[in-house]
Amino acid sequence: MLDLKGYGPALMEGAVVTIELAFLSLALALALGLLGATSKLSHNRFLRMTATTYTTLIRGVPDLVMMLLFYYGGQLAVNNLSDLIYERFGVDWFFQFNPFIAGVLTIGLIFGAYMTETFRGAFLAVDSGQIEAARAYGFTRWHTFRRVMIPQMMRHALPGIGNNWQVLLKTTALVSIIGLTDMVRVAEQAAKAERSPFLFFIPVALVYLALTAGSELFIKWLDKRANAGVVKGD
Amino acid sequence: MAEEAPLICKDIYKQFGELEVLKGISLETCKGDVVSLIGSSGSGKSTFLRCINLLETPTSGEVIVHGDPIKFTTNRKGVRIPADNKQVELIRAKLSMVFQSFNLWSHMTVLENIIEAPIHVLKVPRKEAVERAEAYLERVGIYERKDYYPAQMSGGQQQRAAIARALAMEPEVMLFDEPTSALDPELVGEVLRVMQSLAEEGRTMIVVTHEMAFARDVSNKVLFLHQGMIEEQGPPDKVFDNPESERMKQFLAPNF
Repeated sequence: MLDLKGYGPALMEGAVVTIELAFLSLALALALGLLGATSKLSHNRFLRMTATTYTTLIRGVPDLVMMLLFYYGGQLAVNNLSDLIYERFGVDWFFQFNPFIAGVLTIGLIFGAYMTETFRGAFLAVDSGQIEAARAYGFTRWHTFRRVMIPQMMRHALPGIGNNWQVLLKTTALVSIIGLTDMVRVAEQAAKAERSPFLFFIPVALVYLALTAGSELFIKWLDKRANAGVVKGD
Repeated sequence: MAEEAPLICKDIYKQFGELEVLKGISLETCKGDVVSLIGSSGSGKSTFLRCINLLETPTSGEVIVHGDPIKFTTNRKGVRIPADNKQVELIRAKLSMVFQSFNLWSHMTVLENIIEAPIHVLKVPRKEAVERAEAYLERVGIYERKDYYPAQMSGGQQQRAAIARALAMEPEVMLFDEPTSALDPELVGEVLRVMQSLAEEGRTMIVVTHEMAFARDVSNKVLFLHQGMIEEQGPPDKVFDNPESERMKQFLAPNF
Protein backbone atom coordinates (compact mmCIF):
# COMPACT_ATOMS: atom_id res chain seq x y z
CA MET A 1 0.00 0.00 0.00
CA LEU A 2 1.10 3.60 -0.56
CA ASP A 3 2.94 4.89 2.44
CA LEU A 4 2.82 8.65 1.77
CA LYS A 5 5.29 9.50 4.55
CA GLY A 6 3.34 7.38 7.00
CA TYR A 7 0.01 9.06 6.29
CA GLY A 8 -1.20 6.33 3.91
CA PRO A 9 -3.31 4.32 6.41
CA ALA A 10 -4.88 7.48 7.87
CA LEU A 11 -5.78 8.66 4.39
CA MET A 12 -7.33 5.27 3.64
CA GLU A 13 -9.43 5.47 6.77
CA GLY A 14 -10.44 8.98 5.77
CA ALA A 15 -11.50 7.69 2.36
CA VAL A 16 -13.69 5.07 4.03
CA VAL A 17 -15.33 7.82 6.12
CA THR A 18 -15.94 9.84 2.96
CA ILE A 19 -17.59 6.86 1.25
CA GLU A 20 -19.76 6.02 4.27
CA LEU A 21 -20.81 9.62 4.56
CA ALA A 22 -21.67 9.80 0.89
CA PHE A 23 -23.76 6.62 0.83
CA LEU A 24 -25.69 7.37 4.01
CA SER A 25 -26.42 10.88 2.78
CA LEU A 26 -27.54 9.47 -0.56
CA ALA A 27 -29.95 7.09 1.14
CA LEU A 28 -31.43 9.94 3.15
CA ALA A 29 -31.58 12.21 0.11
CA LEU A 30 -33.38 9.58 -1.99
CA ALA A 31 -35.91 8.92 0.76
CA LEU A 32 -36.55 12.63 1.29
CA GLY A 33 -36.69 13.18 -2.46
CA LEU A 34 -39.39 10.54 -2.95
CA LEU A 35 -41.32 11.87 0.00
CA GLY A 36 -40.92 15.46 -1.18
CA ALA A 37 -41.95 14.71 -4.75
CA THR A 38 -45.05 12.74 -3.75
CA SER A 39 -45.97 15.52 -1.34
CA LYS A 40 -45.55 18.17 -4.01
CA LEU A 41 -47.80 16.19 -6.34
CA SER A 42 -50.36 15.29 -3.68
CA HIS A 43 -53.87 16.70 -3.45
CA ASN A 44 -53.26 17.68 0.13
CA ARG A 45 -52.49 21.38 0.38
CA PHE A 46 -50.63 21.06 3.67
CA LEU A 47 -48.23 18.47 2.23
CA ARG A 48 -47.69 20.55 -0.90
CA MET A 49 -46.88 23.64 1.12
CA THR A 50 -44.52 21.82 3.47
CA ALA A 51 -42.60 20.33 0.56
CA THR A 52 -42.40 23.64 -1.27
CA THR A 53 -41.13 25.42 1.83
CA TYR A 54 -38.54 22.69 2.27
CA THR A 55 -37.14 22.90 -1.26
CA THR A 56 -37.22 26.69 -1.38
CA LEU A 57 -35.48 27.04 1.94
CA ILE A 58 -32.82 24.41 1.35
CA ARG A 59 -31.97 25.36 -2.18
CA GLY A 60 -31.62 29.00 -1.24
CA VAL A 61 -29.10 28.64 1.59
CA PRO A 62 -25.39 27.84 0.99
CA ASP A 63 -24.37 24.29 1.90
CA LEU A 64 -21.64 25.47 4.23
CA VAL A 65 -23.92 27.80 6.17
CA MET A 66 -26.43 25.02 6.58
CA MET A 67 -23.79 22.63 7.81
CA LEU A 68 -22.48 25.05 10.44
CA LEU A 69 -26.04 25.77 11.49
CA PHE A 70 -26.78 22.09 11.90
CA TYR A 71 -23.61 21.21 13.72
CA TYR A 72 -23.62 24.03 16.24
CA GLY A 73 -27.33 24.81 16.24
CA GLY A 74 -28.30 21.13 16.22
CA GLN A 75 -26.43 20.34 19.40
CA LEU A 76 -27.91 23.37 21.09
CA ALA A 77 -31.40 22.29 20.10
CA VAL A 78 -30.80 18.77 21.37
CA ASN A 79 -29.46 20.10 24.66
CA ASN A 80 -32.51 22.28 25.19
CA LEU A 81 -34.84 19.44 24.25
CA SER A 82 -33.01 17.14 26.61
CA ASP A 83 -33.41 19.59 29.50
CA LEU A 84 -37.07 20.02 28.71
CA ILE A 85 -37.72 16.27 28.63
CA TYR A 86 -35.90 15.81 31.92
CA GLU A 87 -37.88 18.59 33.59
CA ARG A 88 -41.26 17.51 32.30
CA PHE A 89 -41.06 13.74 32.29
CA GLY A 90 -37.99 12.98 34.38
CA VAL A 91 -36.58 10.95 31.50
CA ASP A 92 -32.85 11.22 31.08
CA TRP A 93 -32.32 11.34 27.36
CA PHE A 94 -29.37 12.78 25.58
CA PHE A 95 -27.97 12.73 22.11
CA GLN A 96 -24.46 13.75 21.19
CA PHE A 97 -24.17 15.35 17.78
CA ASN A 98 -20.93 14.52 16.07
CA PRO A 99 -19.57 15.86 12.79
CA PHE A 100 -20.47 12.63 11.00
CA ILE A 101 -24.13 12.73 11.98
CA ALA A 102 -24.34 16.46 11.30
CA GLY A 103 -22.76 15.80 7.90
CA VAL A 104 -25.17 13.03 6.94
CA LEU A 105 -28.17 15.08 8.07
CA THR A 106 -27.10 18.24 6.29
CA ILE A 107 -26.03 16.64 3.03
CA GLY A 108 -29.06 14.37 3.07
CA LEU A 109 -31.40 17.32 3.62
CA ILE A 110 -29.73 19.46 0.96
CA PHE A 111 -29.73 16.81 -1.71
CA GLY A 112 -33.16 15.61 -0.67
CA ALA A 113 -34.39 18.97 -1.96
CA TYR A 114 -32.65 18.51 -5.30
CA MET A 115 -33.88 14.92 -5.53
CA THR A 116 -37.40 16.18 -4.83
CA GLU A 117 -37.25 18.27 -7.99
CA THR A 118 -35.69 15.42 -9.97
CA PHE A 119 -38.38 12.96 -8.88
CA ARG A 120 -41.19 15.45 -9.33
CA GLY A 121 -40.23 16.06 -12.94
CA ALA A 122 -39.84 12.33 -13.51
CA PHE A 123 -43.28 11.52 -12.07
CA LEU A 124 -44.85 14.15 -14.28
CA ALA A 125 -43.15 12.65 -17.33
CA VAL A 126 -44.91 9.29 -16.90
CA ASP A 127 -47.55 8.89 -19.61
CA SER A 128 -51.00 9.20 -18.04
CA GLY A 129 -52.30 6.30 -20.16
CA GLN A 130 -49.98 3.94 -18.29
CA ILE A 131 -51.56 4.92 -14.98
CA GLU A 132 -55.06 4.86 -16.42
CA ALA A 133 -54.53 1.29 -17.62
CA ALA A 134 -53.49 0.30 -14.11
CA ARG A 135 -56.61 1.89 -12.63
CA ALA A 136 -58.82 0.33 -15.26
CA TYR A 137 -57.54 -3.13 -14.31
CA GLY A 138 -58.45 -2.74 -10.67
CA PHE A 139 -54.98 -1.97 -9.25
CA THR A 140 -54.94 -0.38 -5.83
CA ARG A 141 -53.24 3.01 -5.59
CA TRP A 142 -50.24 1.50 -3.86
CA HIS A 143 -49.89 -1.24 -6.48
CA THR A 144 -50.11 1.35 -9.27
CA PHE A 145 -47.41 3.38 -7.55
CA ARG A 146 -45.09 0.45 -6.97
CA ARG A 147 -45.49 -1.49 -10.19
CA VAL A 148 -46.14 1.23 -12.77
CA MET A 149 -45.24 4.71 -11.49
CA ILE A 150 -41.89 3.90 -9.86
CA PRO A 151 -40.35 1.83 -12.67
CA GLN A 152 -41.48 4.27 -15.34
CA MET A 153 -40.52 7.34 -13.34
CA MET A 154 -37.03 5.89 -12.83
CA ARG A 155 -36.29 6.14 -16.53
CA HIS A 156 -36.70 9.87 -16.37
CA ALA A 157 -35.12 10.29 -12.94
CA LEU A 158 -31.88 8.33 -13.32
CA PRO A 159 -29.88 10.93 -15.26
CA GLY A 160 -30.79 13.54 -12.65
CA ILE A 161 -30.04 11.17 -9.77
CA GLY A 162 -26.63 10.45 -11.27
CA ASN A 163 -25.90 14.13 -11.54
CA ASN A 164 -27.01 14.85 -7.98
CA TRP A 165 -24.96 11.93 -6.70
CA GLN A 166 -21.76 13.28 -8.23
CA VAL A 167 -22.28 16.69 -6.71
CA LEU A 168 -23.22 15.08 -3.39
CA LEU A 169 -20.05 13.03 -3.36
CA LYS A 170 -17.93 16.13 -3.79
CA THR A 171 -19.94 18.07 -1.21
CA THR A 172 -18.81 15.58 1.45
CA ALA A 173 -15.44 17.38 1.38
CA LEU A 174 -17.13 20.28 3.18
CA VAL A 175 -17.65 18.17 6.29
CA SER A 176 -13.93 18.38 7.05
CA ILE A 177 -14.60 21.98 8.00
CA ILE A 178 -16.70 20.98 11.01
CA GLY A 179 -13.97 18.61 12.06
CA LEU A 180 -14.85 15.25 10.53
CA THR A 181 -11.72 13.23 9.88
CA ASP A 182 -12.48 12.39 6.29
CA MET A 183 -9.77 12.05 3.70
CA VAL A 184 -9.75 15.77 2.90
CA ARG A 185 -9.03 16.68 6.53
CA VAL A 186 -6.28 14.08 6.82
CA ALA A 187 -4.71 15.36 3.62
CA GLU A 188 -4.94 18.95 4.77
CA GLN A 189 -3.18 18.21 8.07
CA ALA A 190 -0.54 16.07 6.39
CA ALA A 191 0.08 18.68 3.70
CA LYS A 192 0.56 21.36 6.34
CA ALA A 193 2.88 19.27 8.47
CA GLU A 194 4.97 18.00 5.60
CA ARG A 195 4.76 21.16 3.49
CA SER A 196 4.00 19.10 0.41
CA PRO A 197 0.47 19.84 -0.80
CA PHE A 198 0.81 17.99 -4.09
CA LEU A 199 1.82 14.73 -2.46
CA PHE A 200 -1.41 14.63 -0.45
CA PHE A 201 -4.02 16.51 -2.39
CA ILE A 202 -3.40 14.81 -5.72
CA PRO A 203 -4.16 11.31 -4.36
CA VAL A 204 -7.31 12.72 -2.73
CA ALA A 205 -8.38 14.22 -6.04
CA LEU A 206 -7.72 10.88 -7.74
CA VAL A 207 -9.87 9.02 -5.21
CA TYR A 208 -12.79 11.40 -5.88
CA LEU A 209 -12.23 11.01 -9.59
CA ALA A 210 -12.20 7.21 -9.32
CA LEU A 211 -15.42 7.27 -7.29
CA THR A 212 -17.26 9.55 -9.71
CA ALA A 213 -16.00 7.68 -12.77
CA GLY A 214 -17.02 4.37 -11.20
CA SER A 215 -20.47 5.63 -10.34
CA GLU A 216 -20.93 6.94 -13.85
CA LEU A 217 -20.46 3.41 -15.17
CA PHE A 218 -22.87 2.05 -12.57
CA ILE A 219 -25.51 4.67 -13.42
CA LYS A 220 -25.14 3.82 -17.09
CA TRP A 221 -25.80 0.20 -16.31
CA LEU A 222 -28.85 1.08 -14.18
CA ASP A 223 -30.10 3.34 -16.95
CA LYS A 224 -29.91 0.52 -19.45
CA ARG A 225 -31.90 -1.72 -17.14
CA ALA A 226 -34.54 0.90 -16.42
CA ASN A 227 -34.95 1.58 -20.11
CA ALA A 228 -35.69 -2.02 -21.05
CA GLY A 229 -38.52 -1.87 -23.53
CA VAL A 230 -37.73 1.61 -24.79
CA VAL A 231 -36.93 1.71 -28.45
CA LYS A 232 -34.46 4.46 -29.29
CA GLY A 233 -35.97 7.21 -31.39
CA ASP A 234 -39.45 6.16 -30.40
CA MET B 1 -85.57 -15.15 -13.33
CA ALA B 2 -83.35 -14.86 -16.36
CA GLU B 3 -79.61 -14.56 -15.98
CA GLU B 4 -78.42 -11.36 -14.32
CA ALA B 5 -77.65 -8.59 -16.81
CA PRO B 6 -73.89 -8.13 -17.04
CA LEU B 7 -74.19 -4.36 -17.17
CA ILE B 8 -76.95 -1.82 -16.68
CA CYS B 9 -76.45 1.94 -16.86
CA LYS B 10 -79.31 4.15 -15.78
CA ASP B 11 -79.63 7.76 -16.72
CA ILE B 12 -75.92 8.68 -16.71
CA TYR B 13 -75.11 12.38 -16.58
CA LYS B 14 -71.60 13.77 -16.69
CA GLN B 15 -70.59 17.34 -16.28
CA PHE B 16 -67.07 18.79 -16.59
CA GLY B 17 -67.35 22.17 -14.94
CA GLU B 18 -69.96 24.06 -16.93
CA LEU B 19 -69.89 21.61 -19.80
CA GLU B 20 -72.52 18.90 -19.77
CA VAL B 21 -71.07 16.02 -21.76
CA LEU B 22 -73.63 13.31 -21.03
CA LYS B 23 -77.30 14.09 -20.63
CA GLY B 24 -79.00 10.98 -19.45
CA ILE B 25 -77.70 7.86 -21.14
CA SER B 26 -79.13 4.48 -20.28
CA LEU B 27 -78.02 1.10 -21.51
CA GLU B 28 -79.08 -2.40 -20.66
CA THR B 29 -77.13 -5.41 -21.83
CA CYS B 30 -77.74 -9.12 -21.95
CA LYS B 31 -75.00 -11.71 -21.89
CA GLY B 32 -73.39 -11.96 -25.31
CA ASP B 33 -74.48 -8.53 -26.45
CA VAL B 34 -72.15 -6.59 -28.68
CA VAL B 35 -73.05 -2.93 -28.38
CA SER B 36 -71.53 -0.36 -30.70
CA LEU B 37 -71.44 3.27 -29.61
CA ILE B 38 -71.16 5.54 -32.60
CA GLY B 39 -71.33 9.27 -33.13
CA SER B 40 -69.12 12.15 -34.10
CA SER B 41 -66.21 13.38 -31.99
CA GLY B 42 -67.40 15.15 -28.88
CA SER B 43 -70.70 13.31 -28.81
CA GLY B 44 -69.78 11.79 -25.44
CA LYS B 45 -69.36 8.17 -26.45
CA SER B 46 -65.87 7.75 -24.96
CA THR B 47 -66.88 9.62 -21.82
CA PHE B 48 -69.83 7.27 -21.41
CA LEU B 49 -67.53 4.26 -21.73
CA ARG B 50 -65.18 5.75 -19.15
CA CYS B 51 -68.10 6.30 -16.78
CA ILE B 52 -68.86 2.59 -16.89
CA ASN B 53 -65.57 1.58 -15.23
CA LEU B 54 -65.40 4.76 -13.16
CA LEU B 55 -62.38 6.27 -14.90
CA GLU B 56 -64.80 9.19 -14.83
CA THR B 57 -67.34 9.45 -12.05
CA PRO B 58 -70.81 10.10 -13.41
CA THR B 59 -72.36 13.29 -12.01
CA SER B 60 -75.54 11.32 -11.54
CA GLY B 61 -76.99 8.00 -12.61
CA GLU B 62 -76.41 4.39 -11.74
CA VAL B 63 -74.01 1.73 -12.93
CA ILE B 64 -74.92 -1.84 -12.06
CA VAL B 65 -72.44 -4.58 -12.84
CA HIS B 66 -73.88 -8.08 -12.64
CA GLY B 67 -76.52 -7.02 -10.13
CA ASP B 68 -74.04 -5.03 -8.03
CA PRO B 69 -74.83 -1.30 -8.04
CA ILE B 70 -71.80 0.96 -7.59
CA LYS B 71 -72.10 2.96 -4.39
CA PHE B 72 -71.48 6.69 -4.50
CA THR B 73 -71.06 9.38 -1.92
CA THR B 74 -70.21 13.09 -1.99
CA ASN B 75 -66.94 14.50 -0.72
CA ARG B 76 -66.46 17.66 1.34
CA LYS B 77 -66.57 19.84 -1.74
CA GLY B 78 -69.90 18.32 -2.71
CA VAL B 79 -68.44 16.35 -5.63
CA ARG B 80 -69.81 12.89 -6.23
CA ILE B 81 -67.20 10.17 -5.75
CA PRO B 82 -67.29 6.37 -5.45
CA ALA B 83 -68.03 5.43 -1.86
CA ASP B 84 -65.95 2.29 -1.71
CA ASN B 85 -62.62 2.03 -3.51
CA LYS B 86 -62.47 -1.70 -2.85
CA GLN B 87 -65.79 -2.14 -4.67
CA VAL B 88 -64.57 -0.04 -7.58
CA GLU B 89 -61.42 -2.16 -7.88
CA LEU B 90 -63.49 -5.35 -7.82
CA ILE B 91 -65.82 -4.02 -10.47
CA ARG B 92 -63.03 -2.82 -12.69
CA ALA B 93 -61.54 -6.28 -12.57
CA LYS B 94 -64.79 -7.52 -14.15
CA LEU B 95 -64.81 -4.88 -16.89
CA SER B 96 -61.55 -4.98 -18.73
CA MET B 97 -60.79 -2.14 -21.04
CA VAL B 98 -58.98 -1.88 -24.36
CA PHE B 99 -57.68 1.63 -25.05
CA GLN B 100 -57.26 3.63 -28.21
CA SER B 101 -53.53 4.02 -27.61
CA PHE B 102 -53.13 0.45 -26.24
CA ASN B 103 -51.61 1.61 -22.93
CA LEU B 104 -49.62 -1.58 -22.50
CA TRP B 105 -47.18 -1.06 -19.66
CA SER B 106 -44.06 -0.18 -21.56
CA HIS B 107 -41.55 -1.48 -19.00
CA MET B 108 -43.01 -4.99 -19.06
CA THR B 109 -42.87 -7.64 -21.75
CA VAL B 110 -46.10 -8.71 -23.42
CA LEU B 111 -46.39 -11.75 -21.17
CA GLU B 112 -45.73 -9.69 -18.03
CA ASN B 113 -48.38 -7.23 -19.15
CA ILE B 114 -50.92 -10.00 -19.39
CA ILE B 115 -50.21 -11.78 -16.11
CA GLU B 116 -49.85 -8.65 -13.99
CA ALA B 117 -53.50 -8.01 -13.18
CA PRO B 118 -54.58 -11.68 -12.91
CA ILE B 119 -51.78 -12.34 -10.39
CA HIS B 120 -52.05 -9.16 -8.34
CA VAL B 121 -55.72 -8.27 -8.65
CA LEU B 122 -57.46 -11.62 -9.12
CA LYS B 123 -54.84 -13.54 -7.07
CA VAL B 124 -54.47 -16.26 -9.69
CA PRO B 125 -51.39 -18.44 -9.01
CA ARG B 126 -48.50 -17.41 -11.25
CA LYS B 127 -48.23 -20.70 -13.11
CA GLU B 128 -51.90 -20.69 -13.98
CA ALA B 129 -51.75 -17.02 -15.00
CA VAL B 130 -48.88 -17.74 -17.39
CA GLU B 131 -50.72 -20.69 -18.93
CA ARG B 132 -53.82 -18.58 -19.34
CA ALA B 133 -51.82 -15.72 -20.86
CA GLU B 134 -50.13 -18.01 -23.34
CA ALA B 135 -53.45 -19.45 -24.40
CA TYR B 136 -54.89 -15.99 -25.03
CA LEU B 137 -51.76 -14.87 -26.89
CA GLU B 138 -52.22 -17.92 -29.11
CA ARG B 139 -55.84 -16.91 -29.48
CA VAL B 140 -54.99 -13.39 -30.76
CA GLY B 141 -52.18 -14.76 -32.89
CA ILE B 142 -49.07 -13.26 -31.31
CA TYR B 143 -47.81 -16.09 -29.10
CA GLU B 144 -44.34 -15.85 -30.66
CA ARG B 145 -44.09 -12.22 -29.49
CA LYS B 146 -44.69 -12.96 -25.83
CA ASP B 147 -41.22 -11.88 -24.69
CA TYR B 148 -41.16 -8.68 -26.72
CA TYR B 149 -41.61 -5.28 -25.20
CA PRO B 150 -44.60 -3.30 -26.51
CA ALA B 151 -42.40 -0.74 -28.29
CA GLN B 152 -40.86 -3.53 -30.34
CA MET B 153 -44.16 -4.45 -31.99
CA SER B 154 -46.46 -2.92 -34.57
CA GLY B 155 -49.59 -1.09 -33.48
CA GLY B 156 -51.80 -3.96 -34.56
CA GLN B 157 -49.76 -6.44 -32.55
CA GLN B 158 -49.80 -4.15 -29.53
CA GLN B 159 -53.55 -3.82 -29.72
CA ARG B 160 -53.94 -7.59 -30.00
CA ALA B 161 -51.67 -7.95 -26.94
CA ALA B 162 -53.90 -5.45 -25.15
CA ILE B 163 -56.93 -7.55 -26.08
CA ALA B 164 -55.18 -10.63 -24.67
CA ARG B 165 -54.55 -8.64 -21.49
CA ALA B 166 -58.25 -7.85 -21.31
CA LEU B 167 -59.24 -11.47 -21.98
CA ALA B 168 -56.93 -12.79 -19.27
CA MET B 169 -59.15 -11.13 -16.68
CA GLU B 170 -62.00 -13.35 -17.96
CA PRO B 171 -64.18 -10.28 -17.68
CA GLU B 172 -67.92 -9.95 -17.44
CA VAL B 173 -67.90 -7.21 -20.07
CA MET B 174 -65.13 -5.96 -22.36
CA LEU B 175 -64.94 -2.24 -23.01
CA PHE B 176 -63.27 -1.07 -26.23
CA ASP B 177 -62.43 2.63 -26.57
CA GLU B 178 -61.88 3.28 -30.28
CA PRO B 179 -59.55 0.29 -30.53
CA THR B 180 -58.57 0.85 -34.14
CA SER B 181 -58.41 4.64 -34.30
CA ALA B 182 -54.67 4.87 -33.62
CA LEU B 183 -53.76 2.19 -36.14
CA ASP B 184 -52.41 2.46 -39.66
CA PRO B 185 -55.17 1.52 -42.09
CA GLU B 186 -53.51 -1.74 -43.11
CA LEU B 187 -53.41 -2.89 -39.47
CA VAL B 188 -57.05 -2.23 -38.66
CA GLY B 189 -58.22 -5.51 -40.16
CA GLU B 190 -56.20 -7.80 -37.91
CA VAL B 191 -57.65 -6.16 -34.80
CA LEU B 192 -61.23 -6.15 -36.09
CA ARG B 193 -60.98 -9.83 -37.00
CA VAL B 194 -59.93 -10.69 -33.45
CA MET B 195 -62.83 -8.63 -32.10
CA GLN B 196 -65.27 -10.29 -34.45
CA SER B 197 -64.16 -13.73 -33.30
CA LEU B 198 -64.67 -12.65 -29.69
CA ALA B 199 -68.18 -11.52 -30.53
CA GLU B 200 -68.88 -14.88 -32.13
CA GLU B 201 -67.68 -16.60 -28.94
CA GLY B 202 -70.53 -14.85 -27.15
CA ARG B 203 -68.55 -12.34 -25.13
CA THR B 204 -70.33 -9.23 -23.94
CA MET B 205 -68.66 -6.23 -25.53
CA ILE B 206 -69.21 -2.49 -25.61
CA VAL B 207 -67.32 -0.88 -28.43
CA VAL B 208 -66.84 2.81 -29.12
CA THR B 209 -65.97 2.86 -32.77
CA HIS B 210 -65.77 4.77 -36.01
CA GLU B 211 -65.75 1.50 -37.99
CA MET B 212 -69.27 1.51 -39.40
CA ALA B 213 -68.78 -1.87 -41.07
CA PHE B 214 -67.95 -3.39 -37.70
CA ALA B 215 -70.93 -1.74 -36.02
CA ARG B 216 -73.24 -2.95 -38.75
CA ASP B 217 -71.95 -6.49 -39.21
CA VAL B 218 -70.73 -7.56 -35.79
CA SER B 219 -72.81 -5.80 -33.18
CA ASN B 220 -76.40 -6.63 -32.34
CA LYS B 221 -77.16 -3.25 -30.78
CA VAL B 222 -76.13 0.20 -31.93
CA LEU B 223 -76.34 3.45 -29.99
CA PHE B 224 -75.90 6.67 -31.89
CA LEU B 225 -74.91 9.50 -29.57
CA HIS B 226 -75.24 13.15 -30.36
CA GLN B 227 -74.37 15.96 -27.96
CA GLY B 228 -74.53 13.70 -24.96
CA MET B 229 -77.85 12.07 -25.75
CA ILE B 230 -78.92 8.88 -27.45
CA GLU B 231 -80.27 10.04 -30.77
CA GLU B 232 -81.01 6.67 -32.24
CA GLN B 233 -80.71 3.09 -31.02
CA GLY B 234 -81.65 -0.41 -31.97
CA PRO B 235 -80.44 -3.35 -34.00
CA PRO B 236 -77.92 -2.36 -36.70
CA ASP B 237 -80.19 -2.93 -39.70
CA LYS B 238 -82.77 -0.58 -38.24
CA VAL B 239 -80.27 2.12 -37.23
CA PHE B 240 -78.32 1.98 -40.46
CA ASP B 241 -81.03 1.26 -43.00
CA ASN B 242 -84.08 2.99 -41.56
CA PRO B 243 -82.86 5.70 -39.22
CA GLU B 244 -85.58 7.89 -37.80
CA SER B 245 -83.45 10.79 -36.73
CA GLU B 246 -82.27 13.46 -39.11
CA ARG B 247 -78.85 13.52 -37.43
CA MET B 248 -78.29 9.84 -37.98
CA LYS B 249 -79.13 10.26 -41.64
CA GLN B 250 -76.62 13.10 -41.89
CA PHE B 251 -74.02 11.09 -40.00
CA LEU B 252 -74.31 8.25 -42.48
CA ALA B 253 -74.41 10.40 -45.59
CA PRO B 254 -71.12 10.53 -47.42
CA ASN B 255 -69.97 14.11 -47.24
CA PHE B 256 -67.21 15.02 -49.62
